[in-house]
Amino acid sequence: MPKVKIDGVELEVPAGITILQACELAGLEIPRFCYHERLSIAGNCRMCLVEVKPGPPKPQASCALPVADKQEIFTTTPMVQKARNGVMEFLLINHPLDCPICDQGGECDLQDQAMAYGFDRSRFHENKRAVPDKELGPLVKTSMNRCIHCTRCIRFATEVAGVEELGATGRGESMEVTTYVKHALSTELAGNLVDLCPVGALTSKPYAFEARSWELQKTESVDVMDALGSNIRIDTRGAQVMRVLPRLNDDVNEEWISDKTRHAIDGLRHQRLDRPYVRRAGKLVEATWDEAFAAIAAKLKGLDGAKIAAIAGDQCDAESMVALKDLMTALGSPNVDCRQDGAKLEGGPRGSYLFNPGVRGIDQADAILLVGTNPRLEAPVLNARIRKRHLAGRCAIASIGPAADLTYPVERLGAGPATLAELAEGKLGFFAKLEAAKHPLIVLGMGALARDDGGAVLAQARDLADKIGAVRADWNGFAVLHTAAARVGGLDLGLVPGMGGRDVAGILADCEAGEIAVVYLLAADEIDTKRLGKAFVIYQGHHGDAGAHRADVVLPGAAYTEKPGTYVNTEGRVQLARRAVYPPGDAREDWAILRALSERLGKILPYDTLDQIRSRLVMVNKSFAAIDQQEPGHWGGFGTPGKTSDAPFVSPVANFYMTCPISRVSRTMAACTASRAQLMAAE
Amino acid sequence: MASLDRTARAFLLSELVAGFALTLKYMFKPKVTVNYPYEKGPLGPRFRGEHALRRYPNGEERCIACKLCEAICPAQAITIEAEPRDDGSRRTTRYDIDMTKCIYCGFCQEACPVDAIVEGPNFEFSTETREELMYNKDKLLANGDRWEPVIAANLQADALYR
Repeated sequence: MPKVKIDGVELEVPAGITILQACELAGLEIPRFCYHERLSIAGNCRMCLVEVKPGPPKPQASCALPVADKQEIFTTTPMVQKARNGVMEFLLINHPLDCPICDQGGECDLQDQAMAYGFDRSRFHENKRAVPDKELGPLVKTSMNRCIHCTRCIRFATEVAGVEELGATGRGESMEVTTYVKHALSTELAGNLVDLCPVGALTSKPYAFEARSWELQKTESVDVMDALGSNIRIDTRGAQVMRVLPRLNDDVNEEWISDKTRHAIDGLRHQRLDRPYVRRAGKLVEATWDEAFAAIAAKLKGLDGAKIAAIAGDQCDAESMVALKDLMTALGSPNVDCRQDGAKLEGGPRGSYLFNPGVRGIDQADAILLVGTNPRLEAPVLNARIRKRHLAGRCAIASIGPAADLTYPVERLGAGPATLAELAEGKLGFFAKLEAAKHPLIVLGMGALARDDGGAVLAQARDLADKIGAVRADWNGFAVLHTAAARVGGLDLGLVPGMGGRDVAGILADCEAGEIAVVYLLAADEIDTKRLGKAFVIYQGHHGDAGAHRADVVLPGAAYTEKPGTYVNTEGRVQLARRAVYPPGDAREDWAILRALSERLGKILPYDTLDQIRSRLVMVNKSFAAIDQQEPGHWGGFGTPGKTSDAPFVSPVANFYMTCPISRVSRTMAACTASRAQLMAAE
Repeated sequence: MASLDRTARAFLLSELVAGFALTLKYMFKPKVTVNYPYEKGPLGPRFRGEHALRRYPNGEERCIACKLCEAICPAQAITIEAEPRDDGSRRTTRYDIDMTKCIYCGFCQEACPVDAIVEGPNFEFSTETREELMYNKDKLLANGDRWEPVIAANLQADALYR
C-alpha cells in the first residue's frame, strides 16, 4: 500500500486509486465536475487540479492521476488555488447568468463551487456562446447554453444505460452534446441523467419550475414500482409529492432509479380514492366509514368462511397483508392469495422464491442464464447491474425467453420450457459454461413461472441449478426475479391458499360459478375483474382502477408514499418505507382499516399500533426482524415436476411505463409510452 | 429662607405663568404638524411601503418565479407557485403576500434579481377586513402598474448608492 502525504498528513492508501480518491480518504473535498464514482474517468473539466511532488511543476488533474508511493500532494497551495480560480473563470465565461430561472439553482455543483472559487465579476466582454437545445424525450429538459461539457451524461448513457445515443460533436468552443440523430433517448434510466448533470443543462421536464430544492421536505423511503425495492428519497411540498430521487445503496440500486420510480408520482395526484363508497342500485355512491363497514358486516354476517376470498395486490405493504391474512383466518377463510399473476411459487422454502445471490451477487457471477424474463422491462436498475457485470468482462450471458435488446449481448438459446429441459439435460453448449462457472447465476422471471406449467418450469430450473452446482454453502445462484414489490413479503407472510383454499385462478373460477360470495381485494387490480361474477367485492386501495370500478364497497387506503410500511424486495431484503405525506381526504393507512373492520366484524385483530403489528410480522416470519439485511433463504425441495407446454415464455411487462394503478394514471408515464411507441415505429 | 422662597412662588403662580408663556410662544411659531391627509410629509426613495410587482416597459411581467423572496422572507409572508408558461418561460401561477404577516423589512426587494417585487411609496392601504390584506398576484401587479412612475424614479434615485 503506497504511503502518501496529503497537505502534510501522512496516509497509507490502497494501491491503484486516484489522487482524488486518496484525498477523499483523507477527508478533503476536491472540487470536480466530470469525475463521478460510478462512471469512467474523463479528466476534462480540470477543476480537480492539485499540486503533486515529485512531478512536473504544474497543477495536475487529481481524478486521472494514480497515487504512487512517497508522493506529496498539496490541495491548498497558492498554485492550486490560482489554477482552480482560473478554471472556474473559464467555465463561467460561457455559462449563462440564469441561476434564478434554472431548476438546478440551489443544488447546483457549479453554483456551489463558484461560491468557493469564482471571481465576483466577469472579465469577459464578448458575446457568450449560444447552443440550440436538444430534444431528449419527455423526461429530460435541455438547456444546452448551460452545458460545461463534463460528458457525464454521455458516459452514463454509454456505460450504465447501454444506449449509445449521446455524444459530442465539434471541438473547443463549438463542442455540443447531442443525440446525433434527433430522437428521444431509448432508455428506462433517462431520469438519472438529470441527477448526474452538475449544472442545469439537463433538468427534469415534468418537474420543470415546480419547486426549489430548499422548499422540499425530504423523506427516505423505498420504491414499489418494481420488485427491486430501490432506495428513494421522496421530496414533498405541503401535501404533494414533488419528486423522487435515488438514495445510495450499493446492495440494491447503487445510485440509479428507473424512470417509472422517478416519474410515476404524478399519478398519485389523479383518480385517488379519498372517501369510502358503497354501491347502491348499481351505482357507487359516497358513504361514510360507518356505512361502508355496515354494508360489509351485513354481507359477511353468518357467511361460511369458505365462501369468502381475499386477494392481495402487488404494491401492498407487509403490515396490511398480515392484517388481511389474520382477518381471513379469523373469518375461517383459507382462500387467500397474493399472486395476482398466478405465479407458481408455493411459499415453500424461502430460497425457492428469492433472488438468492442478492443484487450484489450479480457482480460475482461469471455465467448468467435468464429464464423467461426481460430484466430491462421488469427491473431496469438490476438490468444495468447485469450490464455492469458484462462490462467487467468474462461473463457469459444467455437467455431462454423473449428476444429483447437488453443493452448487452445475450446468447439466445430458445424461447420456451423445451429449451430449458434440453439445457438441463446438458444438450446445449451453454451447459458446459454454466458448469464450469464458479458462480453460475440462473435468473428465473415471472414469464416462466406465471403460467399453468409454472410449477414444472420451477422444478426444471431447480434441477438445472443442482446439476450445475449453483447451490452450495458459499453461493446460491438460484435467483427469482419478481415483478411485484409485495410478492416476497406476501409469500413470507404465507398469503397463499391454506388447507383446501383456492388460489387466484380458483377464486375467479369459483366467483363465476357463484361458489364464492365475497371477495376482498387489497389493492388488487391486475386480475380480470369481469370474472368476479356476482360476488360481493370489497376493494381497499388508493386508486380508482379496475378493482374499484367493479367493487361493491370501496375503502380508501394509502399509497406507498403515504404510510409507514415494510416491503421485502426480490432478494428478501426487508426495507422500511416512511410516510412522506398524509393520505388524501378520508383515506387511511391500510392495516388500520383492516383493524377497524375486524372490530366491526367482532373478530378483533390483536394489534393497535404500528409497533404491535410489526411485532406480529416478526412473529409470523423472523426475517422481518432484520431490517435492511438480506436474510439468506433456506434451500429445499420445491416445484412440481410434470409436463411442460410448448408455449414460449413471455415477459409479464409489455409496457414498462404502465404496470400499476399509479403509473397507469400518470400523465408523464403516458407521455413516455407515446414517445417510446413513436421510437419503435421509427425503427 | 428656602421655605419663604417656595411660599412666594406658590402664591405668585410663577410656574403657571411660565407654562402659559411657553404655550403663548409656540402659538406664534410656525406649525410643525401637517394637515394629513390634505398635506403629507416627504418620503425618502428607500421608503418601504406597500408591495408591488413591476413589469417591463413592453408589458411583460418581470417576476421569473425564482422564489428568492419567498426564501428570504423572515415572516414567511410570501407564497409562490410556478410552472412553465405556454411559451416555455418560467412564470408564477400564484404570488401571494400576506400583508398581515409582512414586517416590511425589504429583504424581498433586496433578494429580487430582476427588480420585480418592490416595496413602493404607498403606506395608505388600510382595509376594513383582514381578507383584503391577503394580496394575490393580480393585486400586486395592479399596484405595480399604478405606482410604476414613482417606483421607477425612486429606484433611479437610489441606484447611485447600490
